[in-house]
Amino acid sequence: MTTGPENKIKFSGLEKPVTRAMIVIRLTLSILAVITFYSLITLDYGSVNIPRAVCDTLNNFRTIFIHPFSRRLSIPDIFYEILVTIGLSILITVFSGVIALFLGLLGARNLSPKRVTSAVKAFVAFIRAVPSILWVLIFAVSAGLGSTAAVIGLSFHSIGYLTKAFAECYEELDRGVIDALKSTGAGWWTIVFQAVIPSSATYLLSWTFLRFELNFSNAVAMGAAAGAAGIGFDLFMSSTMYFDLHEVGLITYFILAFAVTLEIIAMKVKSKLKEK
Amino acid sequence: MPADIFANRRKNIFLFLAFIAALTTGSMVLTQFDPVNGLISILKAFFWGLSNFYPDVQSLSHITDILVKLRDTILMSIASSVAAAVLAMALALMGSRSTRIHVFFTYFSRGIGSFFRNVPLVAWAMVLMLSFSQSSLTGFLALFFGSLGFLTRAFMETLDEVGESTVEALKATGAAYYHIIFQAVLPSSLPQMLSWLLFMIETNIRDATLVGFLTGTGIGFLFDVYYKSFNYHVASLIVIVTVITVIAMESISNMVRREIL
Amino acid sequence: MTLLELKNVSKCYTGTKPALSDVSFSVKEGEFVSVIGASGSGKTTLLRCINRMIEPSGGEISFNGIMVSKLRKSGLRKVRTKIGMVFQHHNLVERLTVIENVLHGRLGYKSTLAGVLGIYNSREKKQAYEILEILGILDLMHKRCDQISGGQKQRVGIARALVQNPKMILCDEPIASLDPGSSKIIMDYLKNICSDRGITLIISLHQVNVALNYSHRIIGFNKGTIHFDGPPSRLSPGRITEIYGAEQITESYEHSLAEAAG
Repeated sequence: MTTGPENKIKFSGLEKPVTRAMIVIRLTLSILAVITFYSLITLDYGSVNIPRAVCDTLNNFRTIFIHPFSRRLSIPDIFYEILVTIGLSILITVFSGVIALFLGLLGARNLSPKRVTSAVKAFVAFIRAVPSILWVLIFAVSAGLGSTAAVIGLSFHSIGYLTKAFAECYEELDRGVIDALKSTGAGWWTIVFQAVIPSSATYLLSWTFLRFELNFSNAVAMGAAAGAAGIGFDLFMSSTMYFDLHEVGLITYFILAFAVTLEIIAMKVKSKLKEK
Repeated sequence: MPADIFANRRKNIFLFLAFIAALTTGSMVLTQFDPVNGLISILKAFFWGLSNFYPDVQSLSHITDILVKLRDTILMSIASSVAAAVLAMALALMGSRSTRIHVFFTYFSRGIGSFFRNVPLVAWAMVLMLSFSQSSLTGFLALFFGSLGFLTRAFMETLDEVGESTVEALKATGAAYYHIIFQAVLPSSLPQMLSWLLFMIETNIRDATLVGFLTGTGIGFLFDVYYKSFNYHVASLIVIVTVITVIAMESISNMVRREIL
Repeated sequence: MTLLELKNVSKCYTGTKPALSDVSFSVKEGEFVSVIGASGSGKTTLLRCINRMIEPSGGEISFNGIMVSKLRKSGLRKVRTKIGMVFQHHNLVERLTVIENVLHGRLGYKSTLAGVLGIYNSREKKQAYEILEILGILDLMHKRCDQISGGQKQRVGIARALVQNPKMILCDEPIASLDPGSSKIIMDYLKNICSDRGITLIISLHQVNVALNYSHRIIGFNKGTIHFDGPPSRLSPGRITEIYGAEQITESYEHSLAEAAG
């Protein structure tokens, strides 16, 4: 047995073993960095004079955030509009929640045959991949631009997310409980309503509430982009039609307030979920 | 009495359902949503979709335009996410329990994160458009501000999970602040943070459509053009291309996640 | 009267050795049968094949004169109402109360609508009440199942099986998760159910001394085949070694064996 120099342990800087994970991380980060630099360089700046634009923006921000007020809309008016937007989110959440409740059953591997679950999961993945604005516009062809299209389109989108969450929720269910009821001779629907849903109820409700928060901001966006009712529409009008930045500021603050409130509640819900 | 609990439970379920029904009806009245009209529209949309909303041979000639805009959109999404990530990293390091210099910074970073996250994307888009007009820069900045909020919060949570005890242990060995960050905290949180970054890119590709629609850039704008001119065949092609992109992005992200988490 | 008959039953999972090979035996009404064997010997598979929770790969199973193996969904459900099952991990809906879990045993008898809405009549509720009293857990009736002990949970499981008015109860390692004190309580209740109500019991156990103390008949499994089928008095140390394939286990049972034989 020869112990040549190549067999001696080298202590030149204790190298960590290069793991596959590290290679992937470094590779991904490098690719992303390269892409970022490339796009920043080739970004279409239009005919914009950047320094002036930055100044303008900062001025605008000052107007919006430091001097918010509105001549046109009163505080109760804004409150009402936010309520309308919340109303839209409630509709979206309830509709998508009810449908996802049942669709999720079809998508759960422990409750439905493999072909059905694969089909459902693929279908919802497709729905999720289409951006919400496109869904709304698609339905706007037949329903016209407005609240109806927004509700339907966003419900579709929401179903995509909730079904996945619910199906995973059902799959986590203790198999034994379903077995126990099967062995007494209970039918599928009975097992669903007497065991599956009571056991997953908290989880389902938590996910539904999390989705409500997202649906609210989506509803605002659709008010601006697709003519749905609510505060989003006012935001759109103030900025593009009236150029009243003070009003934009006031509206933004209100939206901010509600969104933050929802976020705080959502965080509490998430920590309860984590406990489970 | 054994009987009561079932009546009780049924009553509770009934009350819950009644509450939801009331909420729904109230919302319908408030938003002037007509469910009948809604259902009819869904059916109409379905039939319209089958007869109109598919790419035909003619629409394929537009594919180069579409791909160019798509490339712009993807680049914009990635760049805005990465740029936001860099800034968010700094904010998160400042504010996380494990690495902060002072408690004040936690509130500061959390506040900034919450602020940027909760101002709706549309608001950013609208306001920026006033000074930057319809250029990709507007879209980039809008996505940048939106992502900044989300990533700051996400990164802070990740850093918090590393735990103060690790940092404490290293401090006890006399290691300097920057050493601790680069040798312990960052390495353990890097995989999770990369995962968040990928998630942000996925989300931004979707949001870029909305932002593009509002600010006249990218694939969203292109969709608007064809949509408003009733050229549904090309519009459907755009939808398909977007779906493929999103799904591809998700697959790549999941592959990366599997390797690193 | 023969209640259950198995003929050449086998179960193969793909790519591994068969879990059950050529299993045949019959059980009379009112018998207390213990199925013993090492882990993986096929005890659980056997029990779950009887009520077709697992589909046998071959052979015939008949219960009360009906060919279980050939039944379709609704027929199978009817048969399952007559066979109760008690599980090692109780398998209760933890969020619900004891009484709600017990009455789940009646769901097999109900129409889809009644089952979904959970409508139980007063006769069923009275019966559940009485069963809870006999099992000594009446005072726990309104407690949530995640707040009671393991032994109490298992009694709820037994109550759920009893409320079905079954002809036979299958118990899959019912005392495996319990301490010796609770185990004795459960086994005593099971023994009483068998003798007082004439319900046939088939219990899979890995504690040989428990099997020796309580059963009329012991069936020993090894790698999916029956190596012993007879009364406890005939179970010798040699046979136990055959079943478990290990001598040291046998020695610890010699005392119980002597008792059973004497």
